[in-house]
Amino acid sequence: MSSPKEVLFSPIFDNNPIALQVLGICSALAVTVSMVNTLVMCAAVIFVCAFSNLFVSLLRHVMPSSIRIIIQMTIIASLVILVDQIIQAYAYEVSQRLSVFVGLIITNCIVLGRAEGFALQNGPYISFLDGIGNGLGYSILLLLVALIREPLGAGTLMGYTLFQSVNDGGWYIGNGLMLLAPSAFFIIGLTIWALRAWKPAQVEPVEYEIAENVQYKEAI
Amino acid sequence: MPQRNRDSIANILIVAVSVCLVASILVSVAAVALKPAQEANRLQNQRQNILVAAGLLAPGQRTNAEGLGINELFDQFDVRVVDLRNGQYVQDMDPEEFDQLRSARDPNRSRSLSGNEDIATLRRLENFGIVYLMRDGAGNVEKTVLPVRGMGLWGTLFGYLAIEGDLVTAEGIAFYRHQETPGLGGEVDNPRWRAQWEGLRLFDEQGRPAVELVKSRAPEGSDARRHQVDMLAGATLTSRGVENLVNFWLSDLGYGAYLEKLRQGEA
Repeated sequence: MSSPKEVLFSPIFDNNPIALQVLGICSALAVTVSMVNTLVMCAAVIFVCAFSNLFVSLLRHVMPSSIRIIIQMTIIASLVILVDQIIQAYAYEVSQRLSVFVGLIITNCIVLGRAEGFALQNGPYISFLDGIGNGLGYSILLLLVALIREPLGAGTLMGYTLFQSVNDGGWYIGNGLMLLAPSAFFIIGLTIWALRAWKPAQVEPVEYEIAENVQYKEAI
Repeated sequence: MPQRNRDSIANILIVAVSVCLVASILVSVAAVALKPAQEANRLQNQRQNILVAAGLLAPGQRTNAEGLGINELFDQFDVRVVDLRNGQYVQDMDPEEFDQLRSARDPNRSRSLSGNEDIATLRRLENFGIVYLMRDGAGNVEKTVLPVRGMGLWGTLFGYLAIEGDLVTAEGIAFYRHQETPGLGGEVDNPRWRAQWEGLRLFDEQGRPAVELVKSRAPEGSDARRHQVDMLAGATLTSRGVENLVNFWLSDLGYGAYLEKLRQGEA
């Protein structure tokens, strides 16, 4: 049984849901164009992940195994709708820009993965911490991607101008690639590389070796 | 914990029903309790978009240079519902309640457009539309703001077109929702491009909609230039979409009949 501290902090660098498990990539690509969107999305995922873990863990002794996935989905979906309604009521402009991606937290593999993989076997308190920890692991990577994309793409950070863009009479021509989803792929890829260089334990073992080039004659 | 038979039919039903019940209560309470705040946000946002198109508010701002808020600025507008088919005001519909986009999907309040009419690719056109009028002290129309929409490259662009008191010259255009490519078609939000719309002549001498988005505009001072806006670089289809949607909504299918009536001082 791992200690609460370990459960809370290990998903941040040692067992990051995006960098190591490579889950939850869809929303990581979609919402990281600006920092404000990313912060709201991260808060939403931390909330959903923590509370879905808590409720699934509380129900783990009564939950029939034949319908457990459906029950987990129901819990997660209700929490996501709750979050979506709150964002629409208190952060309307952000909700317009996040559009469907808050709703798509339902299908975020991290949330269901933690509910099925951790909360079903562990107590409510530790599961709750695990949810927060994995939410934080997701957040830290998203914030990093947004920190690179927003300044390079739009010349702003949190909506404040860092580089005066040409459209406002300045000098900075935004990097259009950074405004599009593929740039997040590059940044996440490079981050995974950097993280594995720092922590070689995360490097996956080689599953097969590529053979030397075989000459046509040798093959026969 | 006493070991119960978790997988018995009875337990499955009990757990399923109670989880659903609790979840649905939670969701419905949240939806009902937060609805007023959401509606208020939606209204504020819509008003903000209209004010941006009319040049009364800078994009993303909630107050103008004099510190007037969205609602104070918006109160200068007279909001009316218009029958697009004959250009008459509709008296028995409350503009506050009227939802133009919803009515475009209502078979009783809209009709489908035939292929050659439908230059803005709307498929269905509502019978009634909303207009926002601003009058000067003497009651003459100073500004008219019309909702416009039409297909771009990836999806429908939604926006507002503001027209000056002469009902021929544009005051500005602003799109509040679109899915165009950032940096290419997404430049419809570019303030420098949008500035070209100010003073643009929307109709030709015969009163036909005549907005053109062109690769290079006619020389300064020529007649043709007064109808022209630069195309967006690298966004031919978005530019064509914008040209079509503006001309569509100014034509007799859109607000053309109404604007004609207003020009003659009848509406």
